[in-house]
Amino acid sequence: MAISGKVVELDSKLVSFIDTWKGRPGSEIMILHKVQEVYGYVPREVAMEISREIGIPLAKIYGIITFYHLFKLKKPGKNQISVCMGTACYLKGGNDLITEIEQLLGVGVNSTSSDGLFSLELVRCVGCCGLAPVMVINGKTYGNLKKNMLPEIFAEYRNKEEGKANG
Amino acid sequence: MDKKYFFVWEPEKLKQNQMYNAFSKVINEKNLQEKAEVIKSLFLGLTADTPVVKIMPEGNIYKGFAESDVETIIDNALNGKTSKFTCECGNKNSKVPEADPQSKQFKIVLRNAGYINPESIEDYIMRGGYSAVEKAVFSMTPDSLIAEVKASGLRGRGGAGFPTGLKWELTRREKDPVKYVICNADEGDPGAYMDRSIMEGDPHNLIEGMILGGYAIGSSQGFIYIRAEYPLAIERLEKALTAAREKGLLGKNILGSDFSFDIELRWGAGAFVCGEETALIASVEGKRGNPRPRPPFPSVSGLWNKPTFINNVETWANIPVIVEKGGAWFATIGTEKSKGTKVFAVTGKVKNPGLVEVPMGTTIREIVFDICGGINNGKKYKAVQTGGPSGGVIPEKFLDMQVDYETLQSIGSIMGSGGLIVMDEDDCMVDVNKFYLQFSVDESCGKCAPCRIGGKQILEILEKITKGNGEEKDVEKIKSIAMAMQKASLCALGQTTPNPVMSSLMYFEDEYMQHIKGKKCSTGKCKDLVSYTIISDKCIGCGLCAQRCPVTCISGEKRKPYLIDQSKCIKCGECYAVCKFNAVSRG
Repeated sequence: MAISGKVVELDSKLVSFIDTWKGRPGSEIMILHKVQEVYGYVPREVAMEISREIGIPLAKIYGIITFYHLFKLKKPGKNQISVCMGTACYLKGGNDLITEIEQLLGVGVNSTSSDGLFSLELVRCVGCCGLAPVMVINGKTYGNLKKNMLPEIFAEYRNKEEGKANG
Repeated sequence: MDKKYFFVWEPEKLKQNQMYNAFSKVINEKNLQEKAEVIKSLFLGLTADTPVVKIMPEGNIYKGFAESDVETIIDNALNGKTSKFTCECGNKNSKVPEADPQSKQFKIVLRNAGYINPESIEDYIMRGGYSAVEKAVFSMTPDSLIAEVKASGLRGRGGAGFPTGLKWELTRREKDPVKYVICNADEGDPGAYMDRSIMEGDPHNLIEGMILGGYAIGSSQGFIYIRAEYPLAIERLEKALTAAREKGLLGKNILGSDFSFDIELRWGAGAFVCGEETALIASVEGKRGNPRPRPPFPSVSGLWNKPTFINNVETWANIPVIVEKGGAWFATIGTEKSKGTKVFAVTGKVKNPGLVEVPMGTTIREIVFDICGGINNGKKYKAVQTGGPSGGVIPEKFLDMQVDYETLQSIGSIMGSGGLIVMDEDDCMVDVNKFYLQFSVDESCGKCAPCRIGGKQILEILEKITKGNGEEKDVEKIKSIAMAMQKASLCALGQTTPNPVMSSLMYFEDEYMQHIKGKKCSTGKCKDLVSYTIISDKCIGCGLCAQRCPVTCISGEKRKPYLIDQSKCIKCGECYAVCKFNAVSRG
């Protein structure tokens, strides 16, 4: 059963996106992508509001969210690290990168560091196999990585954050 | 004089656009806008660590130049001279679209990628783009179009190799007035990026193919189901669709004819099973991507229960050339049963990884050694893997076998979508197959038991073997579970999940036995089965290994043999890699 009664005020960008897609068949996944673009994940109250807006039971929406890897139910860290686990990256030491990142940042796969700065996830092939092993941070690709390059890369993001805090 | 186009590519890790800006600065300062144009290229068909520029129409490629050299490069190009920064890797494949005997490549699908500005419909049209649509709409009937595709012998490039023309004909025959065409751009096979390069490098090629498909079966709506992981491809396709609509190539009454057709994008959300056509259809409908039993096949009842046909990106990209040059021309390329070319994404332990497009029937040796420069670091070839998690390995003895659908199947692999992963002597077959199994287990949608349970069971056995607890009967067990999965799974994902392990058992059973009986992994990849020791006769006591050891478990005095403390060793292999005297043994 779809939710009745307003749950939460949605972001205006999201509202206009829903308006253009509402009523078009097969819009659920596209709308959820937009939700994630706006909020970084799919908050429960937003999912409820979407259910009400497009008239689809909340259970169906959660069915979709939990089926696909890309949809997140938890808020990710400020900087999202994705380590590629495609075959080429695996052969060229992707696993070692993960162990090193876990140690360096004290963060496990699919979790967020205690300071909320970094979250780590594994992804299936970002399609840069020529650059293996590859890691992506906030959409920026780092290729031909070696373990000893990681501290400097992370420091850059840390400094950016501190710069923001101080400035 | 012809205008020169400078395609500048810069590695992502460098400061973005530095060279691009340098080129545009020189062009603007010297008022050369009429004669020269700089274009940001995201793909030149090769990988490098420094910026690369390709100058069209000559096709000269330069790398290793500095910002201060840009002016000279531009001046030389405009005066018809070459510059000294030639890059040998690229020059070979600079001529398109005919066969190039020197490079052994033959570009049909990738004929434009890297040579045109993918964001400019004019560039595509300038190279003959959309003339196939014009030809089809005004001078061919849908039936003659289908006949042309059938004559070409084109088969689906997504993996299974179903004849494309036949699939079109079956969908055309359906009486329902509403039909759909879909492009499967959910390139999920790890280690493969052919489709991404087509969409990013030549999006109009795909769109033109789909328009022709729509005309052939009598559909007015197409969908491209694309991975959300490819943001640039999405952006370029959106731009290309808008440009095509503006030119009257999409939408109502295409080019003034009475044929109307449009295309929409639908994003995937990271589910490998959505490469299976019935699961893909469910996902386009906005639902969970669960496959369903066939029949009915999508050609009878597909998207929203309407007749639908699905082709993958590479298949679509072949269509415009077939229509323009004719099916008979296309059928001259390739082998008896596999026509045309195939794009492979060659990756792994190979010197020049990248995309290659070769005629069907080219041998693995030609692809890996002649085109891609052979194995990296002087190591020994072990196998190539085709078809990803649904495919198999090709050992050394088949290096000279011609690659086509049938031969690959006959040796236990598949053509797959085009991922070709090169493995060397350092890669452990059991470990690699554990990786593929893990992938398929994660990606199983869980709907049918053979796939959900069987995959997990095989994975557990492989884990047991790599931990040193394998038993001889395990191999038999794997084989019987594999058979059950192949026979009883609902869709291709479950049916093919055992393929990698079965194919490696066919050629590398002794390696499995070495893990099971000998409790050894000679490559050192299975950490529970390996130990590193220093051979005291060979060790000169330089101490480099001790310096490199991340857990400082190597000790000793200078000029005397060193010793590894086995209780602390984490088996990372640094000492083995760093020793110049082969004094560290792995076993």
